Amino acid sequence: MEEILIHLGGGLAQAMEPLNFTMIILGCMLGLLIGAMPGLGSVNGVAILLPITFLVPPTAAIIFLAAIYYGAMYGGAISSITLGIPGASTAVATVFDGRPLAQAGHADRALTAAAVASFIGGTISVVLFTLFAPPLAAFALRFGPAEEFALMLLAFATFIGLGGDDIPKTVFSILIGLVLATVGLDIISGQPRLIFGDIDGFLHGINFLVLAIGIYGIGEMLWTLETTQGKVTVHKVKMSVSQMKRNLGDVKQYIGTTSLGSVLGYFVGTLPAAGATPASLMSYGLAKTFSKDPESFGKGNIAGVAAPEAANNAASTGSMLPMITLGIPGSPTTAILLGGMIIWGLRPGPLLFTENPEFVWGLIGSLYIANLATVIINIAFIPLFVKVLTCPFTILAPIIYILCVVGGYAPTQTMHDVWLMLLFGIVGYLLRKLNYPVAPAVLAIVLGPLAERSLRQSLLSSQGELSIFVTRPISATCIVIALALVFYPVYKKFSNKRAADMPAASG
Amino acid sequence: MKLVLESLKKAAIPAVVAAATTLGLSAPAMAEWSPKKPVELIIMAGAGGGADQIARLLQGLIETKKLSPRPIIPINKAGGSGAEALRYIQDKKGDDHTILVTLNSFYTTPVIQKGIGVDVSNFTPIGRMAVDNFLLWVNSEMTDITDLDSYVAAVKAAGTGWKVGGTGTGQEDSILTAMMEKEFGYDVTYIPFPGGGTVAKNLVGKHIDSTVNNPAEQSEFFRAGNTKPLVQFTAERLPAYPDVPTANELGVNMEYYMQRSINGPPGMSAEAQEWYINLFEQLFNSEEWQKFCVEDGLACDTYLSGDALGQYHQDQIALHKELIESVGASAITGE
Amino acid sequence: MTVRTAEICMAILLALCSIALMFKSAELKIGWVPERGPGSGAWPFWLSAGMLLTCLATIYRWFKGVTPESKNLEPFMTKDTILVVGVSAGSILFLLAATHFVGIYIALFFFLLFYLRFIGHHSWLLTIVMVIVVPIIVFCLFEWALKIPLPKAITEEWFYPIYDLMYSY
Repeated sequence: MEEILIHLGGGLAQAMEPLNFTMIILGCMLGLLIGAMPGLGSVNGVAILLPITFLVPPTAAIIFLAAIYYGAMYGGAISSITLGIPGASTAVATVFDGRPLAQAGHADRALTAAAVASFIGGTISVVLFTLFAPPLAAFALRFGPAEEFALMLLAFATFIGLGGDDIPKTVFSILIGLVLATVGLDIISGQPRLIFGDIDGFLHGINFLVLAIGIYGIGEMLWTLETTQGKVTVHKVKMSVSQMKRNLGDVKQYIGTTSLGSVLGYFVGTLPAAGATPASLMSYGLAKTFSKDPESFGKGNIAGVAAPEAANNAASTGSMLPMITLGIPGSPTTAILLGGMIIWGLRPGPLLFTENPEFVWGLIGSLYIANLATVIINIAFIPLFVKVLTCPFTILAPIIYILCVVGGYAPTQTMHDVWLMLLFGIVGYLLRKLNYPVAPAVLAIVLGPLAERSLRQSLLSSQGELSIFVTRPISATCIVIALALVFYPVYKKFSNKRAADMPAASG
Repeated sequence: MKLVLESLKKAAIPAVVAAATTLGLSAPAMAEWSPKKPVELIIMAGAGGGADQIARLLQGLIETKKLSPRPIIPINKAGGSGAEALRYIQDKKGDDHTILVTLNSFYTTPVIQKGIGVDVSNFTPIGRMAVDNFLLWVNSEMTDITDLDSYVAAVKAAGTGWKVGGTGTGQEDSILTAMMEKEFGYDVTYIPFPGGGTVAKNLVGKHIDSTVNNPAEQSEFFRAGNTKPLVQFTAERLPAYPDVPTANELGVNMEYYMQRSINGPPGMSAEAQEWYINLFEQLFNSEEWQKFCVEDGLACDTYLSGDALGQYHQDQIALHKELIESVGASAITGE
Repeated sequence: MTVRTAEICMAILLALCSIALMFKSAELKIGWVPERGPGSGAWPFWLSAGMLLTCLATIYRWFKGVTPESKNLEPFMTKDTILVVGVSAGSILFLLAATHFVGIYIALFFFLLFYLRFIGHHSWLLTIVMVIVVPIIVFCLFEWALKIPLPKAITEEWFYPIYDLMYSY
């Protein structure tokens, strides 16, 4: 314990060195900006700035890149709330309640909640990182394909309540998301699948962003156009110091769910391959399941913004653990960070902690500082972000369309994906008019590949025996919890009904 | 660079020196052609993998050394084991501003996925930057497996219950696994994972029994005592693993390498090819690149370029066709 | 077309899509490969089969008149809606199609001109400022700062002098 504190002190001191501190502030601001643009995420920022980091020492370089990563996690919420377009898969769950809040004129409240929750998530996770890195790294090793699949079941179970009231249509939405996720190369058999019309663009699969920007960007804009019939809608938002204080005071409403979400997010983040998206979804699902007022979720509950944001920040810190100790990237961004470390001559692996303590603890120290810096910068910019919403709709709309088109093009740099995005946007809009919920499809396309791959890897290693999922303790535990989560709402409904029936019976 | 500067100083035209250094044009032969717009460096694998690291390191070196008047932009096109990248390059026929960084799926993907219609022998060879090696690894807690013989015995005893991890069906390690199955007459279960790092983690966590992996992906776990190499598939023992025998020494004729090379689309102009050959030769000889090779366990002794690389590609294509035919494409895909 | 008609048309269309997906997946192995688990086509095949079932359920519920959509006789899209949504979707379609021929920057110019002036009825001054400033911002942000080359089609060579200016620091 004492040793950890000494290391941590050293790390913090290192992070406060002028060069490193400048890197943190610059990185956070850049990340915030890049993360706030739909289609662009930390992966773009990190990839572009990687060559620049050859000019500074490795510790300063990783601190810079980690700060971008961190800032972008905060930034993702901004486009989710103000524009209703998730900038990254980790911010999908933030749209569910963030968008309704913004439409009701409470964008500032939602943005403040997102920033504060991100701060809570970041802080809790970095403390956990400091205290329990080595034992958790050992735990992560015990996670094989079977455990990963059980975890995916758990993730699906937590968002069972996210769909609409039309069950066949909700199930359809989940299934089509899962099918779209199978397009592209199947790594298990090495064969391309569902390459419609032998078009090259399908070989890389259907990127999550293409579906999300299509449905939430273009589809949502068309929907707004219809409901307002093109009339100018201006969201009046007044910003004042007292308003700001009230927004910060909201924290009382969601401190419980965010703390739970942060711990959960951190653990899920440390597991290789899982990452921040399932973490944010599970956190949202849990917040809804255990809320006193689950009905208000999806209609603008402030806790529905806070829970996923806390979890995705916690998970992004968590995913640094397998990166450093096992050399496994949990996300495309950490993959590039990892490449960067190797280029700088630092070999991630079990020995990095002991052989390069300055590097590791400098990074950990910088996470504390970056967390604090980002929340301050973020809250300071909220009035500016809210201003975007006061733009006349006929100016905002074409700009959003352009952001969607360019954002859809950027990740793979093919026009194919942009056309696909437009198609999804229009079809999504029509489906939405007929009461098909679209959120389950977007979530399914993120989790689908992980679920299928881990299922088939497990079955390969058990030679087709399904019992592998219940005979392994961690996987069995996850499955039991998943079942409990599915049946908890049913039980609650049943017991509520009985409670309601009781007085009637006795009276 | 230094040498060039000196020769230019002799010409005693300071203005030219200044212009040449800022633009990075350094040899007279190159003055004729240079990129007119940003150059796309297509990576036929995903972010974070070996090819990706190489591309980003090269990009960084080009930028910090100011070797190109226009930036080099790495773009990942990982779809279909590189099929997407290969088709993209094929369609860029005659383009002087697109280049490709390869791994061995450059040879195998057109053979295994017959439908893609790409003939890589038409591509413009530029330069081979490195050659990567393969070793056979097991978890070091498997104390009764100490050499190739005991390994083969253990696999035979386990039958298809023996799990070999790899980076994907059709990738280099799956071919090598299929070669071993044929050589020793056993059948294993091959489980693909996304990326060599994940394979290594699953080996340490004992979710798989063995793997064929590059030194770079295992070296840290080896140093930490988690995994151990049994045999290397090289002509000579690697300097980093002096105690590990090669397959040839054990009387098993098995060698396999993975090249990392830079290639242009078919029909690239000769001037552009010349310019890129020189550019990558400078990078190849740079201190940074050689240092990276040593750390990553890559062999970077000779820079093959132009027609010599073209010939090397021809040989490798023939070799891979033969390999895939001999083990059977179905032995690799498993279906 | 009423919402009721739209509901059944959509359900039938989606059912047909599901069947097409099932056929497409069946090109691969959809059965259980002994000792290996499901084949590579199994996952998409059975998921598509599930999609078909949910569509059939929707069709059944339509006949029964259970869902609110199946009882709704209001028009699916009013004339005004078709106009306002169609014009927007059409202009994006134009933006993408034009990008293939004249590159994104020229396409953006016309897209913004049309949208701001003829849909938004903004002043010529604002329109002109926007059609010039937005493509420049897009260029600076994406090509210069983020190094993401955007499609330029035939306008590719127009940018050579700009690159000269940008990179000859």
